[in-house]
Amino acid sequence: MGIKKRKIIELEDAVVKFAGDSGDGMQMSGTQFSDTSAFVGNDISTFPDYPSEIRAPQGTIAGVSGFQVRIGSKDIKTPGDLADVLVAMNPAALRTNLKWVKQGATIIIDSDSFDEKNYQKAGFTSDPLEDGTLDGYNIVRAPITYLNFTTVKELGLDSKTAEKTKNQFAVGILYWLFDRNLEYGEKFLDDRFKSKPALAEANKKVLRAGYHYAETIETLESRFQIIHKEERKGKFRNITGNTAVAWGFIAASERSGRPLFLGSYPITPASEILQELAKRKQLGVKVFQAEDEIAGINSAIGASFAGNLGVTTTSGPGLALKSEAIGLAVITELPLVIVDVQRGGPSTGLPTKTEQGDLLQALYGRCGESPAVIISASSPSDCFDYTYMACKIAIEHMTPVILLTDGYLANGSELWNIPKIADLPPIVPPLVPDNTPDFKPYRRDPEKLNRFWAIPGQEGLRHRIGSLEKEDVTGFVSHDPLNHEKMVRLREEKVQRVANYIPELKVWGEPTGDLLAVGWGGTYGAMISAVQDLQQQGKSISLAQFNYLKPLPRNTEAVLKGFRKIIVCELNLGQFAMYLNALYPQFKYLRYNKIQGLPFMIEELKRKFNQVLEGKE
Amino acid sequence: MAATNETSSAQPALTRNDFRLDQPVKWCAGCGDYAILSAVQNALPEIGMKKEDIVFVSGIGCSSRFPYYINTYGFHGLHGRAAAVASGIKIANPELSVWIVTGDGDSMAIGGNHFIHILRRNLDVNILIFNNKIYGLTKGQYSPTSPKGLKTKTSPDGTIEPPFIPGELAMGAQGTFFARAVDTEPKQMTDIFIKAAQHDGTSVVEILQNCVIFNNKIHQEITGKDVKDDRIIYLEHGKPMIFGTGRDKGLILRNAGLQVVNIGENGITEEDLLVHDAYTPDIALHYLLTRMNYPEFPVATGVIRSFPCEPYDQALERQVIRSMEESRIKTLEGLINSGNVWQI
Repeated sequence: MGIKKRKIIELEDAVVKFAGDSGDGMQMSGTQFSDTSAFVGNDISTFPDYPSEIRAPQGTIAGVSGFQVRIGSKDIKTPGDLADVLVAMNPAALRTNLKWVKQGATIIIDSDSFDEKNYQKAGFTSDPLEDGTLDGYNIVRAPITYLNFTTVKELGLDSKTAEKTKNQFAVGILYWLFDRNLEYGEKFLDDRFKSKPALAEANKKVLRAGYHYAETIETLESRFQIIHKEERKGKFRNITGNTAVAWGFIAASERSGRPLFLGSYPITPASEILQELAKRKQLGVKVFQAEDEIAGINSAIGASFAGNLGVTTTSGPGLALKSEAIGLAVITELPLVIVDVQRGGPSTGLPTKTEQGDLLQALYGRCGESPAVIISASSPSDCFDYTYMACKIAIEHMTPVILLTDGYLANGSELWNIPKIADLPPIVPPLVPDNTPDFKPYRRDPEKLNRFWAIPGQEGLRHRIGSLEKEDVTGFVSHDPLNHEKMVRLREEKVQRVANYIPELKVWGEPTGDLLAVGWGGTYGAMISAVQDLQQQGKSISLAQFNYLKPLPRNTEAVLKGFRKIIVCELNLGQFAMYLNALYPQFKYLRYNKIQGLPFMIEELKRKFNQVLEGKE
Repeated sequence: MAATNETSSAQPALTRNDFRLDQPVKWCAGCGDYAILSAVQNALPEIGMKKEDIVFVSGIGCSSRFPYYINTYGFHGLHGRAAAVASGIKIANPELSVWIVTGDGDSMAIGGNHFIHILRRNLDVNILIFNNKIYGLTKGQYSPTSPKGLKTKTSPDGTIEPPFIPGELAMGAQGTFFARAVDTEPKQMTDIFIKAAQHDGTSVVEILQNCVIFNNKIHQEITGKDVKDDRIIYLEHGKPMIFGTGRDKGLILRNAGLQVVNIGENGITEEDLLVHDAYTPDIALHYLLTRMNYPEFPVATGVIRSFPCEPYDQALERQVIRSMEESRIKTLEGLINSGNVWQI
C-alpha cells in the first residue's frame, strides 16, 4: 500500500494556530503541541486568545477560542505575527482567523462542520470553500467529526464525551505534519486525564488516528521540518507569565526568610497567580481570598506589618480599587508588592485582551504625593525575575512596588531555563533586634533611606504606625507643616534612590545612531525582533526596552541623547512617552501606539521604523 | 518624653501601667472613649498574653485613634478597612492577640463588607465597636446606627433610614461572639473585654458610647443612673434573666417571643425565668435578646453569645502544616524541577 514520499520543507520556525469553539479543547491542544515541540528541543512561544464569555453559543464568532504557538530552532521571542498552519474547527474559527494567516498557509478544517447553518452563524454569505475565499491557501478538508466518531465508537463513549476528543484528530494531523513524537503526545494525555484513564485512551486513539490519516491522504503534499541550528543546553520547562509571577514570589520568600502571604481577589487575567499560590501550602504559602480588592491589599499590608512578605495581585480595575491602600503602604513604609496584570480598559473594558493602559495609574493614581516603585516584566519567563526583584526592592527599601505585567505575558508561555534558587541575589530584610535601645519606628538607613522593620511579637519594640502623617524619626502623629514637607520629600527621595540599586538601561545595538526604538514591559518580544531584523538589513536602529519605570535607570538620559530620533512604542495612547517628555523635555518623542487589545506585530513595527528612518515621519 | 519601650527582662505580672503611653490623648473632654481606653488597659493584664504579642488595629474616626493611645503594637489604617488589615496580621501570625477598634460609621457603613466577612470566617480577633450613633470626626452627620428621625447636619428634617443594630448584623453574618457594654460601666466593660479575648473566634463587643459634642446623651434614656436598672438587663451565662431596681422583673419566652414579666405577679417566680445560655450554638434566642430595645424591653448587655467554633486562622494553619508534612516537595527548587522538565 505504499505511502507517497512527501516533499520536506525546512523552516527556522513555524507558527501554528488552533481555533475552534470555546469548548473544543483548543487551549489543551495548543499546550500539548507546544510541550511536545519543547521536548524535542525547539524553542516555543505561545499566546492563547480566548473570549471573555465562558461558552458563547456554539459556532458563533463570539465563541471562538484560539491558541497560537511558534516553534523554532533558534531563540524565539514572540508567538509570531501570522500563522503558517491554521486549524479551524468550524467556519467561525476560519472567519475570525483568516486575517492572521500567511498567504499560502496550510489550513486544516473540519469539513463536517462546514455547512449552511454554520456559515450563517459565522457570518459568511456564501460557502467559503467554494467562493474563492480560500484561493491561494493549502486547504486540508478532513471530515474530523465523522472520523473521530468512528474511532471512538467501539470504546462505547456517549456522544457528548466523544465530541470532546475530536481536537485530538487535528492534533494528530499536526504531529504528522511537523514530525512530532507521538509518544510524548500520548504521555501528555495520560497526565492530563490521570483520573480518567478511559478518556485518556480515547484521546490517544484519536490522536493516532489523526496522525495516520495525515500520513495516508494525498492532500498533504509536504511536511515541515524545523531545522536544527542553535545548540542550547540546560534544564527547561514551559512557563506562563502568571505562573512565573507566583514562583517569583515564593523564591523571594525563601531567599528573604519572610513567609509569603497573598491577599487577593479573583480577576481576569490575574486569577491564575492566586490559584497557583493557593496550591502551594506545602511551601508554607498562605493565601487569603478576600471579599474584595480592597480587603485583598489591606490584608497584605497587615501581613507585612506582622513580618510576612505581603503581596497582592490584580488587574486594572482592581488597581483602581486598591489605590487608597497603596497610599497607606507608602505612608506606613511597609514592604508590599502589587502585581497588575494589565488588560484592555477603561472600566471592565476587554477583560481577556492585553493592553498597557495602566502605567499612569500606577505612577500617579493616588491621593497626595504618593511615590511607589514601578517596574514591568517583558516576557512570560522574566515575570519570575521581575517579581523577585519587586520583592527584593519592596523588602530592602521598605516601600510598595507595583509590578506591571499584561494579559499577553500572563497567559502566554515560553521555555524557561530553570534557575538555581541559591544563585538568585540575596534579599536582606532591614530587621531590628529585640530590645534595641531607643528604637524609633521612623529612623532611617542613611543610604537607602528606608525605615526598619520591627515586627509585632518582638520584645522591646512596641510602636504604632498608621495612615496619619508621622513625625520624622519618632513616628508620632504630626501635623507640623515643615515636618510634612520633610516627610513627603524623604518618601520621594527614598524611591528615587532605588535607582542606585537597579541595573542600567541596556541598549540593543549601537549606543548612537539614527533611531532609538523605545518600549517598556511586555512589548519586548516584538520590539527586539523588529529592531534586529532591521539591524541585519544595515539600518541604524537600536532598542531601549524599559523594565524599571520609577525610578528610571540612571543612564536613561545618556541613552536617549545618543540618537537623532526617538520613537516610543506602546499599547496605549502614549503614556510612557508623556512620562519621558515630562522628565526629559529636551528630546522629541515620536509615538507609535496601538490600542486594539492585541500585541504589536513585528511587521507593523518594522514598517513604522522604516517610515521614520526614511524621513517620512 | 520618649515613649515606652523599656527593655524587658523576666516577665513580672503586668499591670495597667504597662499599657499606658505618655503621649497626650486627644479625645474631647468628657468623651466616652476615655473610659473604654481605661477598661481595656485594665483588661489586658488579665488575658494571659505578653505585651509584645498584642496588636491594636483601627480604621478611621474618633475611636480609631485608639492605637495611638495604648502601649502595644498598633496600626491605624484606612476608613472601614481595619478588619482586612487585622485579618492579614492574624493570619500571618496566629499567636498574636489582635484587637480591632472601630466605630459605627467605620464598621457599619464604609467597612460593612469587611465586617460581615470577618465574622463569616470567624477569624480569632476582638472587635470593639464604639457606637455613638453619629459621625464625630467629620463633625456631626448621621450614621448607620442613628435612630430614625434623628436630626443631624445631613438630616435636618430627621433621618428617614432605619438603623442597623450591630448585634443583629453580627448574628446575620454567623458571628460566634457578641457582647454589649456601656461606657459608664467600667467594671462590666473590663470583664466583657476579658471574655472577648478568651473566645476562640471573632468577638464583637458593641459599646454604647457617648459623644459629648455631637450626640450628647444619646444613650441616656437607657444608661442614665436613675433609669438603667429598669432599662438594662445584664446577662450572665447560667444565671436567670432578671433585672429591675428591685430585681423584680425578668424575661420569659412566650409565643416564640420574649416577654417581660414581674416576679410575684400572676404566679411568676424566679424559677419561671429564662436562664442565659451564652454557649449554645442555637442563635434564635441570642438574636431575640440582641434586638431587645427600650421601651418595650430592657436593652441586653453582657455576653449575649459565645459559641466556640474553630477560627479561620487555626484552620488555615492546620491545612498548611498538613500540606507541608504530606508533600514530597519541600522547596521551590523541588517544585520548579518537578513535572514537565526537559534536559536539553
